[in-house]
Amino acid sequence: MASGTTWTFRKPSIIPGFGLAFGFTLTYLSLIVLIPLAALVLMTASLGWPEFWRIASDPRTLAALRLSFGASLAAAGINAVFGLIVAWVLVRYDFPGRRLLDAFVDLPFALPTAVAGIALTALYAPNGWIGSLLAPLGIKVAYTPAGIVIALIFIGLPFVVRTLQPVMEEIDREVEEAAATLGASRFLTFRRIILPTLLPPLLTGFALALARAVGEYGSVIFIAGNIPFVSEIAPLLIVVRLTEFNYPAATAVATLMLLISFALLLAINLIQAWSRRRFGNV
Amino acid sequence: MEAAFADATFPTVIEPDPPAPRQWSRGVPVDVTIEHVVKAFAETPALHDVSLKIEAGELVALLGPSGSGKTTLLRVLAGLEFPTSGRVLFGGEDALGLSVQERHIGFVFQSYALFKSMKVFDNIAFGLTARPARTRPSRAKIRDRVLELLDLVQLTGLENRYPTQLSGGQRQRVALARALAIEPRILLLDEPFGALDAKVRRDLRRWLREIHEQTGHTTVFVTHDQEEAVELADRIVVLNRGKIEQIGSPDEIYDRPASPFVASFIGESSALPVRIEDGRLFLDDRPIEIGATGKDGPRTLVFRPHDVELPGARPGGIAGRIIAERRHGASRRLDVEIGMRRHRIEIDVPANHPRSNKGDRVSVLPTRWWLFDA
Repeated sequence: MASGTTWTFRKPSIIPGFGLAFGFTLTYLSLIVLIPLAALVLMTASLGWPEFWRIASDPRTLAALRLSFGASLAAAGINAVFGLIVAWVLVRYDFPGRRLLDAFVDLPFALPTAVAGIALTALYAPNGWIGSLLAPLGIKVAYTPAGIVIALIFIGLPFVVRTLQPVMEEIDREVEEAAATLGASRFLTFRRIILPTLLPPLLTGFALALARAVGEYGSVIFIAGNIPFVSEIAPLLIVVRLTEFNYPAATAVATLMLLISFALLLAINLIQAWSRRRFGNV
Repeated sequence: MEAAFADATFPTVIEPDPPAPRQWSRGVPVDVTIEHVVKAFAETPALHDVSLKIEAGELVALLGPSGSGKTTLLRVLAGLEFPTSGRVLFGGEDALGLSVQERHIGFVFQSYALFKSMKVFDNIAFGLTARPARTRPSRAKIRDRVLELLDLVQLTGLENRYPTQLSGGQRQRVALARALAIEPRILLLDEPFGALDAKVRRDLRRWLREIHEQTGHTTVFVTHDQEEAVELADRIVVLNRGKIEQIGSPDEIYDRPASPFVASFIGESSALPVRIEDGRLFLDDRPIEIGATGKDGPRTLVFRPHDVELPGARPGGIAGRIIAERRHGASRRLDVEIGMRRHRIEIDVPANHPRSNKGDRVSVLPTRWWLFDA
């Protein structure tokens, strides 16, 4: 397969069909992922550098990108902490209704995001159930960046919980018992033994939640209020440009999002590879 | 090797006097008293009224089949399980009131239970670094201690490896070093060599015996391997269905089994249902002339395959038919079927014994045997 080139492939396994499977994978990925993305980049390239730079450095674009990635990072971070707790409770404790609670975790996956957005808006609007409680305190959630973060937390939670759960279930009880016989308290055991084991899946869950949040549109536009420079996310800006028939500007923003997302995910993957090496092949 | 340990900080019971000053004074070996411990059925096998006294510095094996409660008993000692009733004393002090952390024991698991995210060095140091700052030894002392233990378990130079980079035998030695690092009052091992192959097992067995002689910890280990128990332990505790069947030295257990179960579990043996009538021993309606006496009633006759002779035509033997013959170590083993009820027994004959055919008649006379009340 690799004759005449300097490429090396991992030695194919005894399972036949390596060539076929590899070819299929390349074709499939090209059709589904690479070609559309390449078209996007190509479209942007037709803009020319000065024009691209003008759009990219436009304050409205920058504000939208900052909001999109800032809110997504915040939501993924919050999900990492609370998703860890939710997964821990679901795996470690037995209580009535555990299965039911476990099923609830998947709901954000299944619910149309627009429905989620409308429901959250109704709750957090100044006259909504929660919003009316917060309003006297001077806290506004709906139609502000805080509302966006809440919507993104909602849609990102299952990613963290579902990636952590199987790894948590695999944790060897005896390892914790060993730590206890050596005099370690529960907290010390968690911090020094369990948490390092959970770090790789936690990073995966964080990355998935982040990627999902960056691309999220449906739920956010309802709660965000979409005020340029304040609560307008980048995906919405793309739609705005499209409705203005300003296709080059739309693709330019999309390309920027693509580049930043790719850089972030690559960085997370590298951290993961490092942590896996660092902590042995778990 | 010997010289290296003479000035080590391990408490040693082999050297009678004077007691050297110990850096980790909590590590003095203690005796263990188990009084009427009951563990009702739960997720673990039960224990029924188990009492046992273990001397300081003794090496004791808990031997039994799976489900006999041996691991449950070990975990009760460790504080990982709590008995329904009964008392456990460490050197006269009530241990049940202490948490696992407070009991100050070393526990070695069959699955090693090493911390995968830590290097060998940090694994062994864990028990010391986990101490609160007040009682934690200095970094230099911890380092000395870890290196000393690595030397003891013959893993010098591997301190920077991760557990996944070690073989099974090496991992178990790290686990032992980790348990020894805290200078435990009692060392508990749960099937420590169960997951290893036969050769490594034998090596580690001999090596554990040496370590025990050097360090002198009160040691209790669980095994289902009678060979391991006989070779390693000062005393063996045979457990079956949550009860102690017999406690004794390997010789006592092997030569004077207290029950047919012990005779069949430690070493091989055959059992036949017999009865005594008018002072004579009968199998079905045929007398067995081995000089057994006693009150009339049913009994179980137990003997080992090699404790037999073939009396030939002389009467009084157990008559049967050979149904299989195979090589068994230094001798040849015959499977013999006895009587109408087709009891099976196994006997050993010298390897140069003339080969027999299936169905040949044979008469067997036990030379050494035990009679138990049926």
